[in-house]
Amino acid sequence: MFSSFMTNAWLSGTVVALLAGAVGFFVVVRGASFAAHAIPNGAFAGAAGAYLVGVNPLVGLVSFALLSAFGIGVTSRRVRNDVATALALVAMLALGAAFLSASLIYEPTINALLFGEILGVSSAQLWPVLVLGVASVLALGWLYRPLVFTSVAPELARARGVNATVVDVAFLTVVALVTALTVPVVGALLTFSLMIGPPAASRILFARPGSAIAGSVGLSLATIWVSIAASYTFNLPIGFFVGAIGAFLYLSARLLVRRVPSTP
Amino acid sequence: MTDRTHETTQPLLEVRDASVSVNGRDIVRDVNFSINHGEFTGLIGSNGAGKTTLFRVILGLQDHASGKVLVHGEPISRANRSIGYVPQKVLFDPDLPIRARDLVALGADGQRYGLRRRTRALHDAVDEMLDAVDARAFADRRVGGLSGGEQQRVLIAHALISRPELLLLDEPLANLDPGSVEEIIALLHRVSQQQRVAILLSAHEMNPLLPVMDRVIYVANGHVASGTTDEVVRPSVLSALYGHHVDVLRVHGRVLVVATALPIGPTPNDAHPEFVVE
Amino acid sequence: MSWLFEPGWWANGTVRTALLVGFVVALVSAIVGVFAVLRGQSFAGHALTDVATAGGAGAFLFGLAPLAGFIGGGVIGAGAMDAIGVQRVKGRDIATGVVLGAAMGLAALFLFLAARGSSATGTTQLILFGSIFTVGSSTLVQVAWLSAGVLAALAVIARPLLLSSLSPELAVARGVRVRAVSLVFMVLLAVAVGMSAIVIGAILSTALLIGPPASALRVATRFVAGVALAATLGVLATWLGVLFAYDSYYWFPSHRALPVSFFVVVVVLVEYVIASLARRRGAAPSSPALEPEGWT
Repeated sequence: MFSSFMTNAWLSGTVVALLAGAVGFFVVVRGASFAAHAIPNGAFAGAAGAYLVGVNPLVGLVSFALLSAFGIGVTSRRVRNDVATALALVAMLALGAAFLSASLIYEPTINALLFGEILGVSSAQLWPVLVLGVASVLALGWLYRPLVFTSVAPELARARGVNATVVDVAFLTVVALVTALTVPVVGALLTFSLMIGPPAASRILFARPGSAIAGSVGLSLATIWVSIAASYTFNLPIGFFVGAIGAFLYLSARLLVRRVPSTP
Repeated sequence: MTDRTHETTQPLLEVRDASVSVNGRDIVRDVNFSINHGEFTGLIGSNGAGKTTLFRVILGLQDHASGKVLVHGEPISRANRSIGYVPQKVLFDPDLPIRARDLVALGADGQRYGLRRRTRALHDAVDEMLDAVDARAFADRRVGGLSGGEQQRVLIAHALISRPELLLLDEPLANLDPGSVEEIIALLHRVSQQQRVAILLSAHEMNPLLPVMDRVIYVANGHVASGTTDEVVRPSVLSALYGHHVDVLRVHGRVLVVATALPIGPTPNDAHPEFVVE
Repeated sequence: MSWLFEPGWWANGTVRTALLVGFVVALVSAIVGVFAVLRGQSFAGHALTDVATAGGAGAFLFGLAPLAGFIGGGVIGAGAMDAIGVQRVKGRDIATGVVLGAAMGLAALFLFLAARGSSATGTTQLILFGSIFTVGSSTLVQVAWLSAGVLAALAVIARPLLLSSLSPELAVARGVRVRAVSLVFMVLLAVAVGMSAIVIGAILSTALLIGPPASALRVATRFVAGVALAATLGVLATWLGVLFAYDSYYWFPSHRALPVSFFVVVVVLVEYVIASLARRRGAAPSSPALEPEGWT
């Protein structure tokens, strides 16, 4: 499984796990699990649209992911979070359904988009993936302090003049970018699992933010590596292993540590 | 600690030698007090003293490690029909299509299974309760849109409609301006007399309650002292409770309990215990 | 009005079945959905539709009745969420996410194995997006009975459920078994979304579960009126969706009809926008700052 044609898979998988692990920590702390699930589904619709129009799917993924993130972030101001997210999700999926039925996409392609394909990132796409990946890491680094502040003590942050909406939308934008990169590898329906399972497990195991983020990234990497290896060995979809391992990590952490720490 | 029952009839609520620990930590020990029908009692103590724990024990939500807690002579159970409860604050979504009067009606039948049409009798009872708490004016507004004080009155009506004999209120005076504090105490006193409901309310500060309180239960340092204000609010009693030397000052009819850092030495003299300022 | 109804609409038996099934499913989804929205359980409601997908995929793989798969999967998922969930809202969402992730992984496995085993194409699409036009009359009967059961059970727990949704503290003080009632509701939710998933698709049944109730709650002043309005809006959206999907066959020279789910979602969103505008006119807009645990 370490032959040259798998290099892309290992590379893109590693990049994706690094990002998903880091971003996922904040997703878990901010209670944004629903958004983390909704945005990849929006991305999926974008990919379907891209196929319909005949454009590079990565463009569709990124644009619709950003659109979803923006939609959720902005409407959450006026309406309850979970209702806003549900409506945005449903709108994106309806579009995706329309695109799918209007075009004739090969079924394995749809399955790959939904459930992941370890060879989903070609050499040509590797460069844009790396560039967007670096951009996401930089954005996350720049946002780190206001992000932690608004996640842990929102009232205090607001009193200090931190614009919660801007931070929220910026954060969701980073989530969108990471999502767009992760979908080709892990699939639209399992992307969020990489952003929730390992980080949630890490949060239970580690009390300090620094160690929790490191743990989150570490567990995500472990998840993706095992998933790629297993997918290659058993010739089964990678999404299956990501979902299963994510759940396993979280449940193990819960069983190991009886009391959940209240704040990271 | 002392507790003087002067009624010959059975007390409504009796707590005898009770101790409560949570997660291995002792919260309160050797608790003794009674509440009689129609009495107005204040449960006074600072944050973390154990007031909420005591409430939870009375409501049957918290086990007590030892002793007895009896209502009408029987051990308490969960959700005793004789005891009503008004929590400190409930967050209602302003969009909830539940009116004040709907919430009060749920106080009568919210726990019942099955659907049944609301009878005329229930409508009348709801109106009666709303009048008793002066909430008729906003009865048809969404609960989520009411002010804190208005919501509190609705919560009181919600608890009263099932005709409890004892009403527990968790820190109802916190976060209220002095005018509202007076209003709510007057309301509770009136309700207590009209409906023969005993009131047990917890607070940090006993002064607003002095005009209406029949008895006080003072919680500090894991122990409890109960009796009338005169019996309990004395240097000897409170110092023993706190384990600190405590002075009691009365200023224009108000009581100030002042602790010093001195450890308890010879028993403070009750003969001249107070500085009185007329 | 003949421009609205393309040829053959009224005579078409498939259409009639679709309307009937749609009516039942929309009604149940809306009523159950009102409680789901009240309890802030939109994510759980949506997650259960996806979990139902895994069940449906499994049923397909093992040759079981599809309805059993959707509903069985949903109920197991609901049980799992309840078992590992914690009381805090954020903890609850993580439990939902983890169960959903595991279920989606299973769905991936089942669909992959099923596609390998048979030559049927479009399986994935069918399971995920459903097709109201292929529902048979036997399924209709099953759905009708199940719906009656769900509504009856909901009627039994309606008041304790409402009280515990408004305030668990008040409910506990009145002797309501809050955890038991929550679990029963989750199971009812799973059954309701399982049924609707088979009709308009696992993923898009969220639209009927959340949209009409959210719209109704913005406008209604009384609870019962809100439930009735939600049901009306849901049925309306479904019927219009069926109608437009049928008509769309004739709109394009290529004769490719757009899916029902697409039109239903459009109507649901339009309803929501109208409801929000009406709310803004009628009363002061609600303050988002009152959200007890938001993202910021």
